[in-house]
Amino acid sequence: MSTSEFTLDDLRRILLEGAGVDEGVDLDGDILDEPFEVLGYESLALLETGSRIEREYGIVLDEDLLTDADTPRALIEAVNQQFGADEPAAA
Amino acid sequence: MTTTVVVTGLGIAAPNGLGTQDYWAATRTGKNGIGRVTRFDPSSYPSTLAGEVPGFVAGDLLPSRLLPQTDHMTRMALVAADWALADAGIDPAELPQYDMGVVTASSSGGFEFGQGELEKLWSQGSQYVSAYQSFAWFYAVNSGQISIRNGLKGPSGVIVSDEAGGLDAVAHGRRLIRKGTPMIVSGGVDASICPWGWVAQMAGDRLSTSDEPTRAYLPFDADASGYVPGEGGAILIMESAESACARGARIYGEIAGYGSTFDPRPGSDREPGLRKAVELALADADVAPGDVDVVFADAAGVPELDRIEAEAISAVFGVRGVPVTAPKTMTGRLYSGAAPLDVATALLAIEEGLIPPTVHVDPDEEYGLDLVLTQSRPAQVRTALVLARGYGGFNSAVVVRAVD
Repeated sequence: MSTSEFTLDDLRRILLEGAGVDEGVDLDGDILDEPFEVLGYESLALLETGSRIEREYGIVLDEDLLTDADTPRALIEAVNQQFGADEPAAA
Repeated sequence: MTTTVVVTGLGIAAPNGLGTQDYWAATRTGKNGIGRVTRFDPSSYPSTLAGEVPGFVAGDLLPSRLLPQTDHMTRMALVAADWALADAGIDPAELPQYDMGVVTASSSGGFEFGQGELEKLWSQGSQYVSAYQSFAWFYAVNSGQISIRNGLKGPSGVIVSDEAGGLDAVAHGRRLIRKGTPMIVSGGVDASICPWGWVAQMAGDRLSTSDEPTRAYLPFDADASGYVPGEGGAILIMESAESACARGARIYGEIAGYGSTFDPRPGSDREPGLRKAVELALADADVAPGDVDVVFADAAGVPELDRIEAEAISAVFGVRGVPVTAPKTMTGRLYSGAAPLDVATALLAIEEGLIPPTVHVDPDEEYGLDLVLTQSRPAQVRTALVLARGYGGFNSAVVVRAVD
C-alpha cells in the first residue's frame, strides 16, 4: 500500500476488523488518548492489530512498540515513524 | 451430610430448536432436525447429513468484540450460557466472583476457526494467522470465554471424554459445588461441521452414509448403520440446593447420582463397563431400578454398541423393564453437547410429565427395549437416567430426580 500516513480512521478500521468493539465503547468518539485497556483491547487484541497493520502496510513493527503504545495516539505515531524509517529506501 | 446439587437454569441450542421453548416444542412432537449439510458443500464426502442449529445469528446475540476471536461452537456456548443464567435469574455481576465457576465438556474444540487459520497459514503465510488462533480452537475455550464474559472466577475446567464428557462435566460441577462453590455453569456445546471437522469425524468410522434424513440414524433398529453427527448442546446452571432455596430460585431437579467406568481392553472377555456405570449411578443416587421412570439412551446407532447398551439396560431393569428414549434421533449425535442436552430434556420431561419420542426407528425386538417411539408418552417422571458413551471406551451415567 502506498499510503504514507497512518490515521485514526485506519486504526479504527483495523481494530474493528481484527478485534471488534466492546459493548459501551464508542470507537467513533474522541479516543486518541484513551488507554487501549479502557477501550477493551488487551495485549492479544493489540498483537492482532499490530499484525494486521504490518501485513497491510508492508512494515515491521518492533514488539516493544506494541507493548509501549498504550493509546491510539501513541500507536499511530509509532506506525508513522516506522513509515518514515522504511520509506526513503523504498521511494 | 452431602450437599444436594440442583439445576436452576437451562440454555439450549439444538438442531431442532434454538432456545429451550423452541427445542422442547419440537422435541415433544418429534420434529426432526437432521438434513443435508449446509455449512459447507458435502457432495464430495461419503456422509452428507447433519443436525445443524437453525437460525443462529451470532452478530445479533453477541458483541462484535467477541466475534473475531470465537469459533461457531463458542458463540453458541456463550449465548446458551447467557440464556441459562437469565433462566436461573442470576446476574453474575451481583454475586461474589469467586462463588461462581465453569466446567464444560468438549470433544473437538473450534475446528472451523482452526481450519480457517490453517488455510491462511499454507496459502498466505504465518503472519496472516489470527492471534486468536492461540485459544479459539482449544478444548477449554468455551469454559474460558463463558468465565471471562460473565466474570466467573471460581474453579473452572474442561472435561474431554467425547459424549461421556457431557455427563462427566456435570458430575465435576456437582463435585465443585460440594467442595464449596455455590454456583457452577456446566454442560457442553460442540460444533465441527466443516470439512476438517468432517474428515476427523469420518475417521471414527461410525458415520452413517445414508442420504435420507429419516433413515440415516436408527439406533436399536435392525437397519442401524451408524450415526448422523450434529452441533449444539446445552448449558446448565447448577447450584447447591441450599443456595438455590435461599434465593427462591425455580428448581428443575436434582443431579442425584453419577457413575463412570472404562471398558476393558478390546479382545478381553470381560463385560463392557456400561452396566456397571448405571449401577454406580443408581447406588450414588440411592435409588432402586424400579424407581427409574425413563432411560435416555446413548443410542450409538452402531449395531454392536446398540447391543451392548440394550444388554446393560435389560440387565439392570429387566427385559422391557423401563421406558427408553433417544430424542437425539431428532438432532444427531452432538458429541459433548449430547448428554447435557439429554439432562436438560430429562428435566423438561419431569416438569411436563412427558417422555419425548425416539423418531424413525423400527426397533429390533431382539434388543428387548420398551422404546418410546414416534409420539411422546405421558408419564409421571420423577427419576430419569441419562447414559452417554465416548469413543475409546468411556461410559457415564447420571441420575436426574425431581425435587419436592
